[in-house]
Amino acid sequence: MWSRRQGRLRPTVCAVEELRRRRREQEPRDLALRKARREQQLVSKRLLREDAPEEAGEGCVAAILGEAEVQQFLRQAQRGAEEKEREGALISLRRGLQHPETQQTFIQLEGSMRTLVGLLTSNQALLQLEAARCLHELSHSEQSTIAEACLPATSYLLTYLSGHSSDFIELCLYTLGNLIVESEAVRRQLLPQGIVPALAACIQSPHVAVLEALGYALSQLLQAKEAPEKIIPSILASTLPQHMLQMLQPGPKLNPGVAVEFAWCLHYIICSQVSNPLLIGHGALSTLGLLLLDLAGAVQRTEDAGLELLACPVLRCLSNLLTEAAVETVGGQMQLRDERVVAALFILLQFFFQKQPSLLPEGLWLLNNLTANSPSFCTSLLSLDLIEPLLQLLPVSNVVSVMVLTVLCNVAEKGPAYCQRLWPGPLLPALLHTLAFSDTEVVGQSLELLHLLFLYQPEAVQVFLQQSGLQALERHQEEAQLQDRVCALRQTALQG
Amino acid sequence: DGDVQRHLYLQDVLMQVADAPEKPRVPAFACQVAGCCQVFDALDDYEHHYHTLHGNVCSFCKRAFPSGHLLDAHILEWHDSLFQILSERQDMYQCLVEGCTEKFKTSRDRKDHLVRMHLYPVDFRFDKPKKSRSPTSAEVPGDSEERSEGEAMEICSEPVAASPAPAGERRTYSHRSVSKLFLKHVLNVCSVLRILGCTWAAALLILNSER
Repeated sequence: MWSRRQGRLRPTVCAVEELRRRRREQEPRDLALRKARREQQLVSKRLLREDAPEEAGEGCVAAILGEAEVQQFLRQAQRGAEEKEREGALISLRRGLQHPETQQTFIQLEGSMRTLVGLLTSNQALLQLEAARCLHELSHSEQSTIAEACLPATSYLLTYLSGHSSDFIELCLYTLGNLIVESEAVRRQLLPQGIVPALAACIQSPHVAVLEALGYALSQLLQAKEAPEKIIPSILASTLPQHMLQMLQPGPKLNPGVAVEFAWCLHYIICSQVSNPLLIGHGALSTLGLLLLDLAGAVQRTEDAGLELLACPVLRCLSNLLTEAAVETVGGQMQLRDERVVAALFILLQFFFQKQPSLLPEGLWLLNNLTANSPSFCTSLLSLDLIEPLLQLLPVSNVVSVMVLTVLCNVAEKGPAYCQRLWPGPLLPALLHTLAFSDTEVVGQSLELLHLLFLYQPEAVQVFLQQSGLQALERHQEEAQLQDRVCALRQTALQG
Repeated sequence: DGDVQRHLYLQDVLMQVADAPEKPRVPAFACQVAGCCQVFDALDDYEHHYHTLHGNVCSFCKRAFPSGHLLDAHILEWHDSLFQILSERQDMYQCLVEGCTEKFKTSRDRKDHLVRMHLYPVDFRFDKPKKSRSPTSAEVPGDSEERSEGEAMEICSEPVAASPAPAGERRTYSHRSVSKLFLKHVLNVCSVLRILGCTWAAALLILNSER
């Protein structure tokens, strides 16, 4: 859908500008959305609507249909003399179904779904398409009763996934994706009906729009609360993971819209922790690492057409996979050894800093996971002179500060050789600055870093004291969470 | 926040369809497939029509199917007399759900499986048992499913073309007793094929069932 629309609608740059403008206008809504996400109530659905502008002229907003009208349209669609008449009846029904009230009326009408399914499976192709569009409207409802009313149609939606009409398949996939989100009963039926093998067959389609739609449907399936036990194992056992990773491989064939969907799918699978070593075995780490390099390259060429949409899931996937113990045990080939990853990550961090600061924690999280257990990544950080750019991120927010300091701790704890590269330098003044923060976590992490610095670079103590470090420390000695560390550091400083 | 961003994306912030262009219209043209007189004025419509009605069509009975998979199953079960014979000896009716490898003795058993295990509707339209009258349209209202089939040669009056069975086979017999004769004939033919080193799949099946 992405690529098709981008080609047709407007130039890419405008789309992104438009997005940014809308974002600025939607701050209050964003806050509500973040709240919904925290409460795990963020339900995302996709609606494909292709009402041509000409239809808008006939009275922009479609009217709510009453029972008699719904019945009439259904009858006309089923038994109309002319095909155009039948199609027209379904189009009118579809427009009415944009309203929740009409949707309710429809499902309460006896035999309505049966009629619609009959039209969905008719041998009149255009009726079939319109019937599918009606179903699609119903799938957009936020009420699970309406989703459940669509249960009789699911076996057919799945059957049509192995057809050849790409627009139709796309429609079926989006409809399925929407239904999946809304009702566990639907998912409970779709799994034995063979949705996983159907998707595994469909993912070999050459059509980009179909792949995007499939990614969407799959991502909804993977977010189900019962996914880790009931869904993800069969997905991992299928050929889906290999195909997903193929679509994430950088190169001329990479399609951003498709890649975004499958990157999120991968993220949900990895989060479930059902079998991450399996994914690593399929080369997930190297594919994602190469993709990260590719993203950094695209950013440098200032092509950021929705790039941030791909960066977030890729960063999360990499970060999570790095925590797998398997990474260390599997050995050289599978590990993410490529140290260009650090450079690429910093390019992305710079990009986020300028354009999307809310994504900084995602990038820093990956940096943390890279540096935590790997001296070589710490060395890369130092040899690429990335400490200063890192310190520049400190003022962004408390969350970012804590993460920057954690990364620096990762480097410092590798030993004296590393600390020697950290100080002398801008680190100490930066720490004195963060000690003045009011946020306990920031201060706490600063104390950790100071402790490591004093341990491996005792000469730093003097300079610390000269720059009123002690006073900076003492400001926090009443704080319960920080007391012990403050005291310990004071002692170290005074003794040294 | 990454998740919020994802949500907004899915809510079509980027892809507001409000100003989606209408379907490109072309001068009306007719479907070129022999016997089809549908007329279209949009390429998308024609594409869907073609795939739905002319894409997976049985060359014997002209029924259209939504996928190659279902078409293959149909041809095997409806137009392959070898299938009928073999199904007397072994479970030949393959489950219609992709990925399920179960096979059944009769079409009815398979339907039971589809309904019980795969939660398919009882009147699933792409699993009609064979009927003895000639099919006129694919739109079949829920009619009787009591017709027994899965028995060999119960195709008496079905005016279908010859199946891809070995040469020399005739489809005019309808009695069970004749089927034995037929079986022997087919076996003879298959022996010939074997001698000729033919790797025809059905021949192999016969060989397997002989053992």
